[in-house]
Amino acid sequence: MAALFKARKALALCVNGIRRLSQLAELPETHQILRQTCRDYADRELSPIAGRLDKEHSYPGKQILDLGAMGVMAIEVPEDLGGAGMDYLAYSVAMEEISRGCASTGVVVSVNNSLYIGPILKFGTEEQKNEWITPFSTGEKVGCFALSEPGNGSDAGAASTLAHQEGDEWVLNGTKAWITNSWDASATVVFATTDKKLKHKGISAFLIPMPHPGLSLGKKEDKLGIRASSTANIILEDCRIPLSNMLGPRGAGFKIAMQTLDSGRIGIASQALGIAQASLDCAADYAHKRCAFGSPIGKLQGIQFKLADMAVAIESARLLTWKAASLRDSQKPFTKEAAMAKLAASEAATFCSHQAIQILGGMGYVTDMPAERHYRDARITEIYEGTSEIQRLVIAGQVLKEYQQ
Amino acid sequence: MDGQAIETQGRSESLSRRARIADRPIRVKPDQSGVVTDGVKHSMNPFCEIAVEEAVKMKEKKLIKEVVAVSCGPQQAQETIRTALAMGADRGIHVEVTGKDYENLGPLQVAKIFAALAKKEEAQLVILGKQAIDDDCNQTGQMTAALLDWPQGTFASEVTMEGDKLKVVREIDGGLETIKINIPAVLTADLRLNTPRYATLPNIMKAKKKKIANMKPADLSVDIVSRLEVLKVEEPPQREAGMKVETVEDLVAKLKEGGTI
Repeated sequence: MAALFKARKALALCVNGIRRLSQLAELPETHQILRQTCRDYADRELSPIAGRLDKEHSYPGKQILDLGAMGVMAIEVPEDLGGAGMDYLAYSVAMEEISRGCASTGVVVSVNNSLYIGPILKFGTEEQKNEWITPFSTGEKVGCFALSEPGNGSDAGAASTLAHQEGDEWVLNGTKAWITNSWDASATVVFATTDKKLKHKGISAFLIPMPHPGLSLGKKEDKLGIRASSTANIILEDCRIPLSNMLGPRGAGFKIAMQTLDSGRIGIASQALGIAQASLDCAADYAHKRCAFGSPIGKLQGIQFKLADMAVAIESARLLTWKAASLRDSQKPFTKEAAMAKLAASEAATFCSHQAIQILGGMGYVTDMPAERHYRDARITEIYEGTSEIQRLVIAGQVLKEYQQ
Repeated sequence: MDGQAIETQGRSESLSRRARIADRPIRVKPDQSGVVTDGVKHSMNPFCEIAVEEAVKMKEKKLIKEVVAVSCGPQQAQETIRTALAMGADRGIHVEVTGKDYENLGPLQVAKIFAALAKKEEAQLVILGKQAIDDDCNQTGQMTAALLDWPQGTFASEVTMEGDKLKVVREIDGGLETIKINIPAVLTADLRLNTPRYATLPNIMKAKKKKIANMKPADLSVDIVSRLEVLKVEEPPQREAGMKVETVEDLVAKLKEGGTI
């Protein structure tokens, strides 16, 4: 009897495993339709304007509204809160296709989904979810995530922004740096130290509406890439918020930030995949058309080797990303896989965009072709939401844990 | 070429046509019997997308009660039906046609299937794309109307209800023609009828639960044997190099030389 039960359990695990593996080999039908829908939108509405958005540093307001109407700004949010009620694999697929059209639009979508809505969905009270998520599902409002400071990026535990209680208010003081969406956001999740003696266990998370007295924005950074999204400092000077604006328990800020970034990594990995794929599309198309030495350059082995390396880099990073998303969707641990995905995808993006310029030659260096924009957009993916160096530390930590004596 | 949706109005349902067409690039088969379709990605015919959108819009305006999306073709046609469901159609019908039958499926056969379905479903309106962009036949809608003996509003760029009739503005060679037709009727959608919506994620999820009925042409007592035989399919001739001339006189001389004028 026990043997039969074990056998059935083994079969169930086997079947589940097969189903999950096949999900990596081929997306489920809904996700395929989603992918096609997002691809159509990106091809028709994002690619044609991406160059201009980049040149003018202009926020894609209308496109964010369109994407909000499609449900893309709150993919994981349940329908009763105004979201699309889909899973992280869907989010990854949508992010890749949108970023393939415009990487800046991609990061606006990613920050709203993973970094702003993400922690509120996981750690917020019902009231907080209604107040801070629902209005941010439609594209009319976007949020941001303020963890980094001028004095610490990778060293998140050293946060020097302080929060102290005065009566029935929290009062925050400090400066946050490199905040994506800051100039276009209507709210932010902010991390501040509530108990300095507890070091990183003394950091708490807060929700602040924007604009708000005591909160001001620094100048918009003039960036190398993703220029249609705004990046700036957020300055808090005696910024007062109600006690009910604390997100999660006191002292849980660091944990909230780290868990949020785990998921955010899947979003950024997907953005990097989109940029990498756009680079490959551009290069392969050019290889068919450009003739040198009497034939299209696609016939030259030197070019072929580059295209092959690009394709392998993208496909392997994509499978890692889908695996991380699928693990998260199955409520399984996914920290290692998410870090691997972000590392692989961002390095694939810089590699592919670099090679794409090489394949395009002189044409790759001018703004007439999108290759130079992909090159500039790709670079940030190795830096934000955890540098490649940090990803390696995360992965190594997990690997060593697996082999712990 | 395949897949059509019929849309019905008023009391009953609306069936909207959806054809699956191949995304480019296309190659002619070596035996010149047709084009290679294996492994070529197919998607919904753009005019059929517009037809589905019009049907969904009519439902939203409460002019029709139900939208049924229909496609004729192999298993993959279900994907196209699902996309229509994600846009807002209520249910789908997949008329399965495979292999050689599918390759030979032409407008007359599809029109017969549609006419049979329209009668079976008691549809009041059949909306199709004006033509499929792979074969450009522009015949199915008209044939369907003839088989049903229903009025037709083809190349529609605007459709409104006026009382119990349909006012259809048609795009014709000379400009725009406005006609009033009785219901039940057949409409074919032209480019400017509307701009199809992008399916929203919640609707893509909901589409999973909507029903797609499967049937074969035989179930509708329709004979899909083709009366046409394709003799040959060949690529257009390679574009040859042109030449430059100095004066208008030279141009006229060259054209006369070549027998063009």
